[in-house]
Parts: sequence; C-alpha cells; structure tokens
Amino acid sequence: MRLSLTSRLSVLSALLPALMVMLVVYIGATSWTAWMSLTNSRMLPNNNFVGFRQYQLLFSNDRWLTSVHNIVVYGVLFVSLALLIGFLLAVAIDQRVRAEDTIRSIYLYPYSMSFVVTGLVWQWLLNPTLGVQYVLRSWGFAGASFDWIVRPETAIYCLVIAGVWQASGLVMAIMLAGLRGIDDEIWKAARVDGLPKWRVYISIIIPMMGASFATAAVLLSTAVVRLYDLSVSMTNGGPGIASEVPAKFVMDHLFERANIGLATAAATTMLVTVIAVVAPYLYWRARKGEVR
Amino acid sequence: MERSNVDITKLQIGFGGLKVLENLDLHVDASEFLVLLGPSGCGKSTLLNAIAGLIEVKGGQIRIGDRDVTWAEPKDRGIAMVFQSYALYPRMSVRKNLSFGLKVARTPQDEIDSRVGEAAKMLRLTELLDRRPSELSGGQRQRVAIGRALVRHAGVYLFDEPLSNLDAQLRAELRVEIKRLHARLGATMIYVTHDQIEALTLADRIAVMQGGVIQQLDTPKKIYREPANRFVASFVGSPAMNFLRGRILRDGAPVFIAGDVRFDLNGYAFRIPPSDAPAILGIRPEHIEIVGSEHPSAVTARVEMVEPMGADALIWCRLADGTAFSFRADADAKAGAGDSLALRFPAEAFSLFDDQSGQRL
Repeated sequence: MRLSLTSRLSVLSALLPALMVMLVVYIGATSWTAWMSLTNSRMLPNNNFVGFRQYQLLFSNDRWLTSVHNIVVYGVLFVSLALLIGFLLAVAIDQRVRAEDTIRSIYLYPYSMSFVVTGLVWQWLLNPTLGVQYVLRSWGFAGASFDWIVRPETAIYCLVIAGVWQASGLVMAIMLAGLRGIDDEIWKAARVDGLPKWRVYISIIIPMMGASFATAAVLLSTAVVRLYDLSVSMTNGGPGIASEVPAKFVMDHLFERANIGLATAAATTMLVTVIAVVAPYLYWRARKGEVR
Repeated sequence: MERSNVDITKLQIGFGGLKVLENLDLHVDASEFLVLLGPSGCGKSTLLNAIAGLIEVKGGQIRIGDRDVTWAEPKDRGIAMVFQSYALYPRMSVRKNLSFGLKVARTPQDEIDSRVGEAAKMLRLTELLDRRPSELSGGQRQRVAIGRALVRHAGVYLFDEPLSNLDAQLRAELRVEIKRLHARLGATMIYVTHDQIEALTLADRIAVMQGGVIQQLDTPKKIYREPANRFVASFVGSPAMNFLRGRILRDGAPVFIAGDVRFDLNGYAFRIPPSDAPAILGIRPEHIEIVGSEHPSAVTARVEMVEPMGADALIWCRLADGTAFSFRADADAKAGAGDSLALRFPAEAFSLFDDQSGQRL
C-alpha cells in the first residue's frame, strides 16, 4: 500500500510511543540486564567485565539449585493439576446443574485474589497450630497430622496446593467456554453410537478442545515463571531455603543481598530458559500458519 | 439386514409447560421411506429425536420392530441417525468415525472391517478413509455421516435435515444418492426436512406437520394433487398454489364465484356435498392454460409481470376484480406486461377449501 508522506508521518507518530516503550523498556532493559550479568557489580552497577564468572557462581549456589528444582516440581504439578481440576470442574458444571452462574462465580472467585492474599490464607490453613491439623485434632482426631508447610521436603507442595486452588477457576472458565462450543449434535451422535459419557469426553471432546487446553496451559505457564509472591507470603522461601523459587532468588539478590551481578545472571538464565521453551513452539506455529 | 416398522401411539412431548406434540399417532411400514415435512418449529425434529430416544417423552408409546422402546437408550433401539451438522468426530479419521461406535460396542474386528468396507464402497468413501473430516468437502462429510449410520446395520435410519447445510447443487446430488441407497437397502427411513422438493422426490409417504399435528399423511402425489387443507396446499409446491377467495353457488351445477368471474366446478370431486358458502379456490400455476378467447369457459386476465425460469416462464396476472395469481407457460409464450389473456381454469385440478376451517371440500 502506498501512502502519502503526511499519512505516513501520522502512522509513524501513532506508533512511536509504543515503539519507544518497547525499545527502551523491553529490549533496552533486557540487554542491560544481560550485560550486568557479565560484570562483577555488587550493590551498584559497574562495567567491570568478568565473563561468565557470575554464571559459574550461580550454578554452584545451593539456593539457586534448590530454586530451579522447586520451579520444575511446581511447574509440572501446578500446570497439570490445574488443567485436570479445572477441566473436571467445567465438566461438572456442564451437566446442566442448577444455580450454574453462582457456582461458576464461586469457582472463579479465588482468581480475583492476589497471590499475596492467597498465600496468607493458605499459610494459615496449612499452619499446624492454627489450620487444618489443629481443627482435626480439636475434633478428636488426636493423631491427625498435616504439617507439610513446616517440613522442608514438602513445603513446595503447599505452594502447589495454593496455586492450584487459585488458578483452577480460571481454567474452569476457559474449559467451560470450550465445552459449550461443542455442537450438541456431536453428543447426540455419540449417544446413538452408544458411547459411554466418559468415553466421549476422552476420545472425542478432549481432542476437540486443543485450543482451550493450549490457552489455559500458556496462561498457567506464565504464572509458573512469575512465581514469587506465593513463596514470599506463604513460606518466605522456607523452612530454610526449601521453598525458594528463581524469581525470589533474583529479587533477594538484587535488593537485599546487594549482588546485582549474580541476580542479573539468574534473571538472564530464566529468560534464556523461557526462550528455549517458547521459540520452537512459535517457530512451529509460524510454519503451520504458512502451510495453511 | 433387519427392516423394522415403527409404531407411535398417543405420543406426548413437552418442555416445561409447553406442549410440542400431543396424542400423535404415526405408523411407518418396514422398508418405507417416510418424510416428515413442515416449517421450523412444527415439531418434526422433536418427533424424530423422540423416535431416536434423544429426548424424553411425557406419554404414549414408541415401538420399533414390534418392540416397545419408549424408555430404551438410543443405542438399544435398533436405530441409526444422520444429523444436519454431520456431527462427525473431528479429530478422528473417516475410518475411525465409521468404526468407533462398533469398536466401543465390542464388535469383532473382522466384522467391523467388513461393515466399514461395505459402507465405504457404497458411499464412494474408500479413497477417503484415512482423511480427517476437516480435509473433506461438505458433501463428502455428509456421506461419511451417512456411512456412520449404515455400519450400525440398524432397523430404522433417521435423517435430521441432512442436506440443509449443503449448497443447492450438492443437495440435489446427495438427494439422488440417498434415494438410490434406499432402493438398494430397502431399509426403513424416516427423514425430516423443511424442503418440499426433497420430500416430494424422496418419500414413499409424506407427513406434513404444523403446530405439532400431522396435517396430512399420504403419498407425494396425493399431497401435491389433493392437499387436505389450506396449510398443506400452500406449504407444498413451488411456485406456490394460487388461492382465490369467493363463494360456492349451487346454481343447478355448482359454480365458484370470485368477484364477477364464474368458475365452472363441473368435474371437481367434492368430498362432501357442496353447499352455498364462502370458500377458497386453490389451483397450481401449471394447471392454468392459455386458450383462445372464443373458448366457452375462458377467463380474461391482465398480465402484470413475466418471470422467465429457464424451462418455462411464470406469468403473474390479475383478474378484473384485482385478484392476483400466477401460472406457468412455455418459455417462449408471447405475453408481456399489460397484455390481456384468455385463460382456462380446469375444474379437475382445483382444490376447494372451507373459508372458515381451511379443510378441503
């Protein structure tokens, strides 16, 4: 399309703010972060190039290795459980239940809460001297024990519980929209074919809902990478360093421990990991788009 | 192959307070092709879904193959069904679409293979067996849907507006294919449509429905030639039947008076003895013919418009009193707007209806 000079100028000026934000904030800040990770900056940024020293330190740092381990455990469990529970909730609601709107709102409600609030609520619920364990014991189940949050090897699962509780409602809403989009005649055809309901869901409906699952999985995955506030408010990374996560590692080293070099190295590692996961997918999507 | 008859007695269906069908009786013979025809909302799809067992009935009985199936699950009724939206399983290949139901029902694999092969051959799907539905055209998809019904070897095949999503040409093609299939299998088929051409071409018998009531149940020829009431007369036939308002007069032999025009009713087969009363005269456009002005029963009309339709032309006219009607003439009939024509209305092609009840006289 050929545009006159003035209309080109107006197009340019309209795009300029967004372009500036993108150049300065995203690309600029990201490149600066990457550069910092190659310096020995401590409390204040400096430009003393030290190569990959910070990365060597990072990957011999126990706390970082625990964080990475935690995020993998959290990521796998959180995404799969949220998808599963969200889907099951959607299926349950899709059975033409009474008071559907109310139930839907209740399910979706946790999502309207910030991670900090979610974390606090679950911190109380899971606290052995206040929450579930205390209640069970006061009901007379003297041997009841639910102390995952104070045990180092299980603390990360408490984050998963809280995360799933918060995100399942959103997954449910996405899945319900997907289920409602399925032609009623598919169900009728399956009934005439004599397929049991669970079989229809597994063999026919779920394969048809690829787009819903992809949308939900992408949203959940970004929540995994961002995971920070839940860890801070629920366990503050503890007990010890048992529930540390990468984003918290970055924040702590950036602002509390005054180690900009190490923090930016961690941040850059996170970025590279995400790109390594997302790039093949985007490439595949783009190729698929071309073929079409 | 099993061929079941279908017997419906005193069927009642309602949703909440709304009554859709009330005391409906219908009998379909084994090997018969019955079409349920009517405008949308007339209850025809509801009736079909009730036969399939996809909606609950409030009362009455449905028997298929002399077995009471009123409360049976769809899969246990010995039926198969084809849907308007094809309702194929989108992520499965054509082969899997055809075989999945049989597989779940634990049919032996060689039996499945032979049934799928047979249906695929009959519907020319053999080349397409490994494709996904998204890789097929609309016509091919509907053939797959028909195939999925055929492999069930059912006693009754139900079709719920199967051709409505297709364009006109494909619709005509597939219509012929369904008719051929019926001739070949001799299976009982119940077919729902709002398209009267489909009904007239396919059916052994047509049930014309309106407001949840079967208005007329008869052969296509009878439905077309002797509609039982004004609704059937106006719903079936394209271009539509002409209706002239007037009264019957017993002036020796009965005549029909519309304005100042007299139509001789000599030759009309009255169902009940005629009486002097207001009535409506119906006549199909192809039954009116142009005659010389000296013809004894000629009626004069003024041409208003000519619609050429390829094989013939539809000529719109007005009588002296302003009543409009249309008739079919040769494509090369010499008539133009404003011309005056002498026309003959043959009494044996009339349909007379009571002015009040709309019933055939």
